[in-house]
Amino acid sequence: MRRRILGALVGLFLAASVPADDQKFITLASTTSTEHSGLFEFIVPIFQAQTGISVRVVAVGTGQALAIGCNGDADAVLVHAPAAEQQFVADGCGIDRRAVMFNDFVVVGPKDDPAGVLGADTVAEGFERIAQAKAPFASRGDDSGTHKKELLLWADVGIKPTGAWYRELGAGMGAALNTAAAMQAYTLADRATWLSFSNRQGLSIVFQGDQALHNPYSSILVNPNRHPVKVDLARVWHDWLVSEAGQTAISQYQLNGHQLFTPN
Amino acid sequence: MGVPQKTLPIVFEGVTFAPSGVSLLGPLDFQLNAGQRTVIVGPNGAGKSLLLRLCHGLLKPTAGQIRCGDGAEAKSPEYTAVRQRQAMVFQRPILLRRSVWANALYSLKLRGIPKDQARVETTAALSLFGLEALAKRSARHLSGGEQQRLALARAWVLKPEVLFLDEPTSALDPDATVAVEAAIDQFHANGSKVVMVTHSVSQARRMADECLLLERGQIVKKGPVAEVL
Amino acid sequence: MGDAFAGAAWLVLAGDAVLLGIVQLSLQVSLSAVFFASLLALPVGAAIALYHFPGRGAVIVLLNALMGLPPVVAGLLVYLMLSRAGPLGSLGLLFTPAAMVVVQALLIFPIVAALTRQMVSDLWDEYHEQLTSLGTSRLRAIPTLLWDGRFSLVTTLLAGFGRATAEVGAVLIVGGNIAGVTRVMTTSIALETSKGNLELALALGAILMTLTLLINAMAFGVGELAKRRYE
Repeated sequence: MRRRILGALVGLFLAASVPADDQKFITLASTTSTEHSGLFEFIVPIFQAQTGISVRVVAVGTGQALAIGCNGDADAVLVHAPAAEQQFVADGCGIDRRAVMFNDFVVVGPKDDPAGVLGADTVAEGFERIAQAKAPFASRGDDSGTHKKELLLWADVGIKPTGAWYRELGAGMGAALNTAAAMQAYTLADRATWLSFSNRQGLSIVFQGDQALHNPYSSILVNPNRHPVKVDLARVWHDWLVSEAGQTAISQYQLNGHQLFTPN
Repeated sequence: MGVPQKTLPIVFEGVTFAPSGVSLLGPLDFQLNAGQRTVIVGPNGAGKSLLLRLCHGLLKPTAGQIRCGDGAEAKSPEYTAVRQRQAMVFQRPILLRRSVWANALYSLKLRGIPKDQARVETTAALSLFGLEALAKRSARHLSGGEQQRLALARAWVLKPEVLFLDEPTSALDPDATVAVEAAIDQFHANGSKVVMVTHSVSQARRMADECLLLERGQIVKKGPVAEVL
Repeated sequence: MGDAFAGAAWLVLAGDAVLLGIVQLSLQVSLSAVFFASLLALPVGAAIALYHFPGRGAVIVLLNALMGLPPVVAGLLVYLMLSRAGPLGSLGLLFTPAAMVVVQALLIFPIVAALTRQMVSDLWDEYHEQLTSLGTSRLRAIPTLLWDGRFSLVTTLLAGFGRATAEVGAVLIVGGNIAGVTRVMTTSIALETSKGNLELALALGAILMTLTLLINAMAFGVGELAKRRYE
């Protein structure tokens, strides 16, 4: 009797730990901003209904997403860091990079705006004012797309951000916003995450709309010559994203009445 | 019935026991023969328990050798085989945290006795020592006397050629002592050689034919109980 | 605050499929990890207690130290093993519940093995002469002592289970927190926190704590009943 119970237990655990692969799926490495915005929850079911392929999204920073892709642990990536993407393709990690959609970055800061960013004409001017005022600035510091963008913006104005006011967090977008809210610091955020973020406390947008804040997303297939990835299924997704059906789905996704991503 | 006596006599030849250089026993030269009931008496710290453990192979002599019957040495790994033909009951029996039944059955399972036979023997042993009504109880919940009887029942199923007892009744009240002594007599009646360490002169007189008097690691007297005590 | 708790409690009571799926996966993964880790760790811990071999002290120190193995390090190691670029990549286990079971088992193993070694070692001191006298070999003493120490071992297993359910860094790396596939309680809590949904995150935490509490209460109850009979 005891032996039979033990046998049943072993069977149960084995069954539990080995998932049934009864459906077609691809693994997509993408960014926290797209995942947190709820975009995938909206468009993946539409894609699945049309093609019968489900998409398993691993949401990490762009840097890690590209690393996962390069290791062959995802079948495709959807990220937002143009320079790193070009490198990814140049290194032979990925193929067939395509522009899918875009939104923009916004500068978020405390409502009372101690650095006076609200009066700035360009994002460069805004960043200069933050640096001059030595107002607290929370940097992602995690090699994500947003972090890379922020570093570019500092480089554009010729400032090397250092000092007690510049706080490198090494955290995802959401965690960075939580921290910025607690410290009443400025930070750079992608609009999608900002719109879906609930714990704003005293934060609000202090600058937006500069062309320099453009935030393009690309889809790249993981190179099938490097790793045995599901390139055929991934290509269906890759093609669908830029097809009319995919672009329509992206444009239809709204959060609290705001459209979060604009299809290319 | 009777048990065979392949491992008897037990012969000590120049045996000393001196862990880390301090001599606790010996040198000892003596022989334990089949048939007789032997008691080992002596003051505290004389080395009575050590001597018993050397006989049972739980300790190895530092020098000299112990031969058992056909000549196996206690030093060599074969003593395991000798020990399998012996049993020992400690002053405070260590019973498994299981039922009385499971405790009595345990050593038979170790020896790979077929299940049905093991059951029969366990039942017989428990009933012989008046424990059958307690079979399902937790062994650790028994009284001191019952625990010691269970330890004897556990030894009984092994049909030992030699039964070693290390002050088996020192923690028991008079009634329990009578019951345990009766149980020990069963072993003698069945042909097992009984070797017991005791503090009690009256128990030595009741339970033994032969007596070893041990003092400071040396056997100072050996002979019939009436002569030694 | 109260609203989020009420909301989360309501989701559980109403049998919200997504939340129940997450709860179920958490339990399955962690219980499986405890099961598989213990299958190995119990006998290994007992063997280290009973056998003397060269380097035994070093093994004990190592096991004790590994009880504090940082989950992200474990996660990273398992990621590198299971990655398609790694030695076991062809198994295709990365980003599946199986990978999470592996990494949690890795975290649990040293805890169960080290605590088992300590317990068996103490029991052996007590039992060693008696078992030797009865003819128990060291090998045979392993199951005997494990069974006789079963009441203490329950606590050991619960410690392992606690470590597994509480852990987020490792399962995030090897599981990927994929909705409906590898999303468990802790990764959900981390996700909701980073979305700024602190109240929902806290409510999920309360559910996790409640579950842990229930499992511990159950184990305690069963243990006490058995103890009353056999201790």
